[in-house]
Amino acid sequence: MENNSRRQFLFRSATGLGGAWLSLQWPAILAAQNHAREAANSATVLAFQFFSPAQAAEVEAAAAQIIPADDTPGAREAQVIYFIDRALVTFDKDKQPAYLLGLRELQVKTLELFPQAKSFSGLTSSQQIKVLQAIEKTSFFELLRLHTIVGFFARPEYGGNHNQAGWKLIGLEDKMTYEPPFGYYDAEYNKRQ
Amino acid sequence: MKKFDTNTAVDFVVVGAGAAGGVVAKELSTAGLDVVVLEQGPYLLEGDFAHDELKNWAFWNSPRIGRSMLANNHEQQPNTFRKTKNETAVVKPTIQYGQCVGGGTVHFTANYWRFHEIDFVERSRWGSISGTGFDDWPITYAELEPYYTKAEWDLGISGLAGANPFEPPHSKPYPLPPLPVKSSGVLLERGAKKLGWHAYSAPMAILSQPYKGRAACGHCGYCECFGCEWGAKSSTLASVIPMAEETGHCEIRSGAYVRQISVDRQGRVNGIVYFDSQRQEQMQRAKAVVVCANGAETPRLLLQSTSSQFPNGLANSNGLVGKFLILECGAGATGTFEHPLNEYKSVVVTRVVQDFYDADPKRGFYGGGGMDARFDDHPIAYAISDRPDLPRWGSDFKRAVKENYTRTLNVFAHLTSLPMEANTVSLDPEVKDAWGQPAVRITYKNHPDDLKNMAFFRERALELLQAAGAKKRWGWPVEEVTMSVHLMGTCRMGNDPETSVVNKYHRAHDVPNLFVVDGSSFVTSGRNQPTCTIQALAYRAADNIVQAAKTGEIPSSF
Repeated sequence: MENNSRRQFLFRSATGLGGAWLSLQWPAILAAQNHAREAANSATVLAFQFFSPAQAAEVEAAAAQIIPADDTPGAREAQVIYFIDRALVTFDKDKQPAYLLGLRELQVKTLELFPQAKSFSGLTSSQQIKVLQAIEKTSFFELLRLHTIVGFFARPEYGGNHNQAGWKLIGLEDKMTYEPPFGYYDAEYNKRQ
Repeated sequence: MKKFDTNTAVDFVVVGAGAAGGVVAKELSTAGLDVVVLEQGPYLLEGDFAHDELKNWAFWNSPRIGRSMLANNHEQQPNTFRKTKNETAVVKPTIQYGQCVGGGTVHFTANYWRFHEIDFVERSRWGSISGTGFDDWPITYAELEPYYTKAEWDLGISGLAGANPFEPPHSKPYPLPPLPVKSSGVLLERGAKKLGWHAYSAPMAILSQPYKGRAACGHCGYCECFGCEWGAKSSTLASVIPMAEETGHCEIRSGAYVRQISVDRQGRVNGIVYFDSQRQEQMQRAKAVVVCANGAETPRLLLQSTSSQFPNGLANSNGLVGKFLILECGAGATGTFEHPLNEYKSVVVTRVVQDFYDADPKRGFYGGGGMDARFDDHPIAYAISDRPDLPRWGSDFKRAVKENYTRTLNVFAHLTSLPMEANTVSLDPEVKDAWGQPAVRITYKNHPDDLKNMAFFRERALELLQAAGAKKRWGWPVEEVTMSVHLMGTCRMGNDPETSVVNKYHRAHDVPNLFVVDGSSFVTSGRNQPTCTIQALAYRAADNIVQAAKTGEIPSSF
């Protein structure tokens, strides 16, 4: 962090990658949310709107390294891939070329490091991490990281954060209102009073 | 809601429906004066807000602060920035302000600090500081005190008068008891006690109990940077603007982008030229105008309002409009704790420390401030930010997010910024906004004492975290301010028409039926919590405007 106040630091993001999100429009997000809700309610298997199944497998494998499963669900289990797919046909439509280009970059780097590989998703976990470390300074990786994290923590209606996996991970209890005590230290304080 | 005809001169046009404009509109309309409020942003209501960080993200221009239906939109309204007048300014988001009916009070943290007595007379007490515009105000705390009380009771403020040993006199207690303490407040209090300092219940513009037909806070936590879904945050949107509309004397006209204040041959204001939501130019005729557009947009509007009588812009015969810009100074530190604080619940701030409010010559520089404790990041904003305690991805990232999200605490200091004549809002000669109007150009460089003060308070914040028992802690970098959400000081008030833009009643020295009431009236920064004082000034200004209308000194329908 180089800027003097936290606000400044956060504000700076507006001119960086977050600036890409300047194009966000609420009506488009709402449409994406409704779409995802309908998909979630339908009995059929969720279909991708943008990705081919092979592309989805590659993106999902990379997302699953950004937030891996361990004793709790990761990006794959949180169905972040559906969030990203919806985003790319709705409010983040203009990122489609970046994904197509990024998928090619991923393929090139995969073959460069592991010439025998058929696909990124076919690599072992430690091989995948090596590939991602090799591209982690690229704009595609930044975009994928952004989408993965947002999809993991946004409201489940947007397609990701399935079963509130993201919120459960960080201990966020999803309620419309709360009552005190809110946390450990105020509970302890109120007992003493 | 009452609608007024643009061609019939209304008693007052108020420019801006924010902290000050909402108050002025309510006070004038309840006195029976006809008021049209022009607001550039949309008229959003409680139902437009939601427990939804991504939806709000659409409102905010970035991972955290962003493209906004609640704040200004830098794509349509770029500003340029440079440190000194010798540089060419470049487009760089610098100013951030509320842009909707209710203005910044819709999304603000709701800290509601009165100024202290010292803030109005600090130059006399401290002495002059060479090379700065450090000065006394033309009014004292005692003159403003009744209006602080009026603001607190009209808008609905929760707090505990007398709890802060350093607070100035209050003629009445707060109308509502303090909000319940959070873990952040408990830890601040614990740290302060250990250090011999004094934490007290934060005065907040949020209802702890039902008040004037509005619901009490439900502690939902979607508070700072969000609009309140319950109307429990005492924004002007939730409090005084509905009162203004109920009088039948007030029209809130949103989506109105003001371009110019027009004047007649006698040099009196006679209307406002604006673009409506279809970008068609309109003119609302008026007998008088009150500009409440904030510390950046107010001077911009005056500078744009050139005419044969006012070639340098309106109310600018001495060339001071836009000068002595004050941007916020902040400092702080972050710590992590053993147990969950769950700061995502309820209001942002519940305890404040003001032991270092006054400047002290022993520190070797001018500066003071107050500190609160908070953790105000929602999950997305937290997880995508670059933080010393967060790896960027992978299992270490996941572990850190899991560990720290509910256990993180910031101590945030709100500080003095010295007013400097070279720090300005001016019109950019090249860059235009989406309406073809000149962009705001900010020229800003901190006085060295501002930075020394930041460094001083960063150390105090680190001490507090240590005393509170933080496991890990780190200070925020100290650097010159290049971005601000508190915009002050560009049309300073004063008794001398040579050295100020408005008089002590907020009337422009040059134009008898033009008033300016907002952060631009500030002579000095206070301790960078301006909203409470902006609103007290607005109540006081409105009181005087109503008196002037009653005596016929300002023409009106009275």
